[in-house]
Amino acid sequence: MDVLVCLKRVPLAGGTLILTPDSRDIETKHLGFGISPHEENAVEAGVQLVEQMGGTLTLLTLGPSDAEEQLRSQLAIGATRAVLIETDGQEWDPQGTAAALVDAINAEETKFDLIIFGAESADSAGYQIHIRVAHALNRPIITNVKSMKIENGVAVCDRVVAAGREHYEVALPAIVTVRDGLNIPRYPSVPGRMQARKKPVDMKKAEPRVPKLEKVVLALAPSKSTGAEILGNGPDAVPALVEVLKKIGAF
Amino acid sequence: MILVLVDHDRGELDQLSLRALTAARKLGQDVEAVVIGSEGAALAGIVGEYGAKTLHVASHANITDYTPMATGRALKDLVEKLKPAAVLAAGSPRGNEQLAHLAAFLDLPMAAECSEITLGSPHHVLRARWAGNLIESANVHADLLIATVLAFSTEPETANGGAATVAQFEPGLQPQDYAVKVLSRDAGESKGGVTLVDAKVIVSGGRGVGGPDGFGQIEELATLLGGTVGCSRVVTSSGWRPHAEQVGQTGTKVAPDLYIAAGISGAMQHIAGMKNSKTIVVINTDPEAPILGYADYAIIGDLHQVIPALTTAIRQAKG
Repeated sequence: MDVLVCLKRVPLAGGTLILTPDSRDIETKHLGFGISPHEENAVEAGVQLVEQMGGTLTLLTLGPSDAEEQLRSQLAIGATRAVLIETDGQEWDPQGTAAALVDAINAEETKFDLIIFGAESADSAGYQIHIRVAHALNRPIITNVKSMKIENGVAVCDRVVAAGREHYEVALPAIVTVRDGLNIPRYPSVPGRMQARKKPVDMKKAEPRVPKLEKVVLALAPSKSTGAEILGNGPDAVPALVEVLKKIGAF
Repeated sequence: MILVLVDHDRGELDQLSLRALTAARKLGQDVEAVVIGSEGAALAGIVGEYGAKTLHVASHANITDYTPMATGRALKDLVEKLKPAAVLAAGSPRGNEQLAHLAAFLDLPMAAECSEITLGSPHHVLRARWAGNLIESANVHADLLIATVLAFSTEPETANGGAATVAQFEPGLQPQDYAVKVLSRDAGESKGGVTLVDAKVIVSGGRGVGGPDGFGQIEELATLLGGTVGCSRVVTSSGWRPHAEQVGQTGTKVAPDLYIAAGISGAMQHIAGMKNSKTIVVINTDPEAPILGYADYAIIGDLHQVIPALTTAIRQAKG
């Protein structure tokens, strides 16, 4: 079983975002970096599959050379090797990103049985790269997967929807996108971190394309300007809240 | 002409699609709608009421439930025939996915989760990023604009139109288009009753609840208000509650009439999932918690004291 997991280096923004002076990016001077939340589940799923069935787990990312840091920390979880498609640090549009990923996947000797993405990136949330990759590789794709088993070359997956769970099965090779809740991602062990330093990370270059979805500028979304009306402290404030709830017709 | 994908689940209309229809009307062109699957034909009345003159119905023996790649192919067929200026859908997981298949088939850009759309050359959109905390101003360089409408960014408004004229068509599907399809369904983690998306009232608990047992009082209050229980990511990560109840970017995005957040400090990814609620009430010990920036009303205090007192007071008020 050969598995590929695609990752994205993103800043770990806690509560409040600050923009760069040109408003084209978020200010990351004081932020650490990680990967998108769902992607930790994607790596964990890949590690578990290789533990159970043997084979390899390859990581792939497109980003600045600093993204090696995120690849190394995920190699420490148990991935075999990694590929970094190095950019100039500019954000690429979804079509350009997908095309570069597809080129890198096609250049691999390994024909991956399963390619896993996180369901959405923390930062750009374009909801499309995985689907473009699936089309280019002519592979089936199941998205938003919350449980997955591989049985006799078939990916058996559940997707959680408002009404409950939908059950899907698709023969490998296939692509899935996974959601938080699929598994509990493990922390890297000390030996894992040591080994990760020696694992291969292939650096590749790709030429940027003219973006068709062209970012012009970013702005902070407004929060409620008026602020909350503080009804009081502790249980003493309950009568005031009951009046509010009556007023808005909550009961 | 603007073509709007109206999503439905086995014939049941996706309410966000009405907002997408409303957003489409604001672009000043004729609006036509498309549904995938023959059950969708029953939506001609409501789709017409929201301003679509024609409802295109994609019917095919292999479209029996949600098959997103088949949707992409059907939309491609229709786009090539009708030559619309834009194809829109709701910015829901399904809306985004189905239009991404269209965009991939046509190798055209797609702008997801747009709060504002201006047609032109290039087209211009404002779209949500960072779980709705950032707004990106972007140009879309393509003749055909493919975009989804940010959930809850547009209030649904009827156009008082009559029923849309139904136009059936059979998309030229390839076997790979329906290789991925729903094989079965079950109620899964949801306990039946009100789901998060449909709930008018959600009472959510976070880290401050302290453990699984603390959710008893949250449940009691939710039931009393005819609502359902939600929670933050830390709660599901700790295994206190099922993932189906998680509100936020990595859980479910909701916009109920009333959202009560108890013991939730307000991580960006949680805010993203609930900030469009009509009235937000916060119960938190920390007067500096980020969630207060989004609240309408707040009580500063321990939810373990406030919620039982609130439940008792509502019971008394109800008589």
